[in-house]
Amino acid sequence: MTENVHELDVRRQLCPIPVIKTQNKVNELAQGAVLRVTCTDPGALNDIPAWCRINGHEVLETEQDDREVVITLRVGEPSVAL
Amino acid sequence: MSEAATPISHPESIQRRAIALVSGGLDSMLAVKAMQEQGIHVEGVNFFTGFCVEGHTHAIRKKDQDKNKRNNALWVAEKLGIKLHIVDISEEYKDVVLNPKHGYGANLNPCLDCKIFMVNQATLMLNKARELAGEKGFDFIVTGEVVGQRPKSQRKETMPIISSESGADDRLLRPLSARNLPETLPEREGWVDRERLYDFSGRNRKPQMALARKFGLEEYAQPAGGCCFLTDESYSNKLADLWRARNERRYELDDIMLLKVGRHIRPAEHHKLIISREEGENRFLEGYRYQFTSLTTVSCPGPLALVDGTFESDEELRRAAAIVARYSKGRADDEVVLEVKEPGGVAREVAVRPALPDEIPLSWHVG
Ligand code: SF4
Repeated sequence: MTENVHELDVRRQLCPIPVIKTQNKVNELAQGAVLRVTCTDPGALNDIPAWCRINGHEVLETEQDDREVVITLRVGEPSVAL
Repeated sequence: MSEAATPISHPESIQRRAIALVSGGLDSMLAVKAMQEQGIHVEGVNFFTGFCVEGHTHAIRKKDQDKNKRNNALWVAEKLGIKLHIVDISEEYKDVVLNPKHGYGANLNPCLDCKIFMVNQATLMLNKARELAGEKGFDFIVTGEVVGQRPKSQRKETMPIISSESGADDRLLRPLSARNLPETLPEREGWVDRERLYDFSGRNRKPQMALARKFGLEEYAQPAGGCCFLTDESYSNKLADLWRARNERRYELDDIMLLKVGRHIRPAEHHKLIISREEGENRFLEGYRYQFTSLTTVSCPGPLALVDGTFESDEELRRAAAIVARYSKGRADDEVVLEVKEPGGVAREVAVRPALPDEIPLSWHVG
């Protein structure tokens, strides 16, 4: 069974914008949803997984080639909306 | 003044909750830690103004890439085990930069207005969370401010201004300087013990370093000067130049990003060249070619340059090409060929003699 994967394209945006957009998207999704984020700023490879660890979301996979970084995550428990 | 909190019937059963402004520097890190030591649940908020030193520049410049690719605020949050919410305030923040009620610091840094704005944002978040979640919301706000640390924004007189103008009033606690300041709500209510807060003041960083050691925090970011590019003289000059050339004080996010990158040369009021200094900047500027006229060398390796503005004559275009050629590998050649590309994609070639150093007056260099 293939899961419904949500996509977020933050190519050509520089950190922390990819993190902010990931955060805002995650806030819209239900717990358990899968989100695939495509970025070009290599910094996102550190920042998005760090953001996930801090806020209780699970990174399922990270892929990187010359141009792009793709991070797939599963949305964790919602927190009090700040 | 905020209303007095209702008396707590079972103080030990309620864990008080604070929102902390986390910049990624040592002071806010210590402030959070000091609260955790007193059993307070802390969550962090970090504001993206567009001028932050984090991230971008490291991602752009190759020489910085290995050094520090991480976002310091995220790193601090992880170290302290707190959640972190990053808020994009870049749009609303324009008004702070353009019209600071309390004026600027040494450069175009509106530090006092900036602090008021950020604490106000945190206050709005606190109020919203209280409305949504009641007891599970937040009780007060924490910052890493230290009395007397910054000449403009962190003086003893400015501390109460920040508290009152932000609307946070006595729900704003600065753990590092609390004992030099009037008692706040969390202290009065006994949520935190004032005796276990600090009385740091002035620019001496030794007490912070000692406290970091005591808390076992060995690694931390040491921002020089301020937390953003607006405290940087060269950056502020470029921003002022942009406003002067446009005859109006305004900016878009792209403008302020581009001010962080490359060599900026203004041969005329109506155009400026942004010339990459290395490969990383080249790649970054590449992304803007659909918005700007650009120049690149084709007969030899060289930089990419964006033209912010217009050329009024072929002469001006050739002069710009000669300047760009000056920064190419062909600077000593008799002739360098460049491609001039319009944002729409139309390209043509020009051949010029590279400019000599004295043909690019110092006054054209912005920054
Ligand atoms: S240095 Fe920049 S971010 Fe820090 S208080 Fe001043 S204006 Fe605000």
